[in-house]
Amino acid sequence: MISPRRQDQLGVFALFEHLDSTIEACKALRKAGFRKFRAYAPLPEHHLLEEGLGHRQSPVRVFTLAGALTGAATGFAFTTWTSMDWPLITGGKPVFSIPAYVVIAFELAILFGALATVIGLFINAGLPNFRRPVGYHPECSNGSFGIRVTAPASRAAAAKEILDGFGPSELRDDNQVDSDD
Amino acid sequence: MATAELRERGALPNPDVRSYEDVNRDVLRVLSRPGKGWWILFGIAGAGVALFLGSWFYQIYQGIGVSGLNAPVGWGVYITTFVFWVGIAHSGTLISAILFLFRAPWRQAIYRAAEAMTVFAVMTAGLFPLIHVGRVWHAYWLIPYPNSRFLWPNFRSPLVWDVFAITTYFTVSAVFFYLGTIPDLAAARDKAKGLRRKFYQLASMGWRGTDREWHHFSKAYIYLAALATPLVLSVHSVVSWDFAMAIVPGWHTTIFAPYFVAGAIFSGVALVITLAVPMRKYFGLEDYLTVKHFEAMAKLCLLTSSIVLYAYLTEYFLAWYSGEPPERGSFWNRVFGHYWWANWIMLTCNGLVPLMLWFKRVRRSIAALFAISIFINIGMWFERFVIIVTSLSHEYEPWAWGLYRPSYVEMGILIGSFAWFGFWFLLFTRLLPPVAIAEMKEVIPPPMRRRKEGAR
Repeated sequence: MISPRRQDQLGVFALFEHLDSTIEACKALRKAGFRKFRAYAPLPEHHLLEEGLGHRQSPVRVFTLAGALTGAATGFAFTTWTSMDWPLITGGKPVFSIPAYVVIAFELAILFGALATVIGLFINAGLPNFRRPVGYHPECSNGSFGIRVTAPASRAAAAKEILDGFGPSELRDDNQVDSDD
Repeated sequence: MATAELRERGALPNPDVRSYEDVNRDVLRVLSRPGKGWWILFGIAGAGVALFLGSWFYQIYQGIGVSGLNAPVGWGVYITTFVFWVGIAHSGTLISAILFLFRAPWRQAIYRAAEAMTVFAVMTAGLFPLIHVGRVWHAYWLIPYPNSRFLWPNFRSPLVWDVFAITTYFTVSAVFFYLGTIPDLAAARDKAKGLRRKFYQLASMGWRGTDREWHHFSKAYIYLAALATPLVLSVHSVVSWDFAMAIVPGWHTTIFAPYFVAGAIFSGVALVITLAVPMRKYFGLEDYLTVKHFEAMAKLCLLTSSIVLYAYLTEYFLAWYSGEPPERGSFWNRVFGHYWWANWIMLTCNGLVPLMLWFKRVRRSIAALFAISIFINIGMWFERFVIIVTSLSHEYEPWAWGLYRPSYVEMGILIGSFAWFGFWFLLFTRLLPPVAIAEMKEVIPPPMRRRKEGAR
């Protein structure tokens, strides 16, 4: 999804060395009414994600559940259908042997559930993402945190001022806008 | 964050790793130029892989007759080694998924290596049924596919369950392993140049570490761990039912599933120790894989060793208590029969040697743990040999008893399988960050501008 470059939108990027200032800056941005901003972090930091960005449940869980249920149903249906398709008694066991089919249903529940979770992750997190990263700083996979705000030209200065108040180690404008924004 | 921050420095699992930058520097350094030692090991592994493939192709060309398999022992070294490698795989998923759900703080440093071990061990194990079936070009008959006569596999057979269990396990553990490496591959990309950078960019799927990515990633990781946990317990249970479902004396018991799962974790943790000791030394990861980590793994070994020893004794007791002559005869034969030495190697290595782990000094000695872990690896291979070969060689009727002797081809494939596993593991240490960078950062106190005064 490539959105056209919007001339009226401006980007501001700030790099922070400390976690608490990053969280505080995120909170301040949200309080000031900024919605279009994202944070970069070198680790899944729950305080940043939940307190700072206000992330709640992820829809990935729906994918997991749907995948697991589909797998279990497929496992049962497939084993039942194939044994009924050619009813052959082996080992004196019933043609429709539920305990044996539980194993197949269980394994397929796990398999489909896991694959669906990955699909859910890719869809929700927007991966793979090979577009040229806009406003990415390589320090964000090392030891620093980043915040990138996209705001209308009239409000970009205000965003920059808020970010500056929390002592960023680097603060710059980058006036490109990508579809992540 | 809160727990890591509030805990005293000495109580942290990695007190000498202080900042996020340390982790990147130390772990990514491993990916730089390989030393001479690595190339020597890689050469040995390559020669072993040649032995492995050579033996296998010889068997394909000559036929399964070049193995020692014959009536009554139709399952020998190949199935033994298959169960051995599947078992090895289990501890990786235990450490990465089960200990993740239990929030064990020591798993972060070791789990990437353990998980890689899982994937490569399943890759190795998966070859053995193909080797064992002899005519490998018919191996696809194991897979349910609509053939011209609409004949389907017998889903009441534990061997078909095994196909499903092993393929699911391989797929899920590979996915879980790969997903966990994505943020670390991005960290490697940000340091790399040229072709390596392109490789890591592609492999990390363009990961940037945005809040949106991390949010869904951390949730997806929990759900995958929650799926992998019952999976790891089920896979070796299904493998054990390959035996327990058959009415062979020595196999047909309900204890098999828990007994096999405990044994699998036991052998897997031992191999993690065997691999982690040289890895930490060679790559200078002493600050990451500390004595604390090894002690925790030693405790896991001790627990599972106790379960396994208990299961051995229960088997003997129940064979006697059942009053069944074939059952009693089978176990008498295990201890005092032709293969008595295999049984005593098993009991010594799995039951007696790990008793040393009751001592804290042994648990905290890297050299002692390395030695014990090798004993356990040997003992666990012989456990499967004892279960499979001695039981088949001594079934019901005395005229149907017989002996089995592994051929040179089988030994070549057995030795070669270790080289095949080592080959992949060595490649892993060069290409992927062998310690989970992002997860290590979770156990380090985060950089804070305002340290809370007086907080403990």
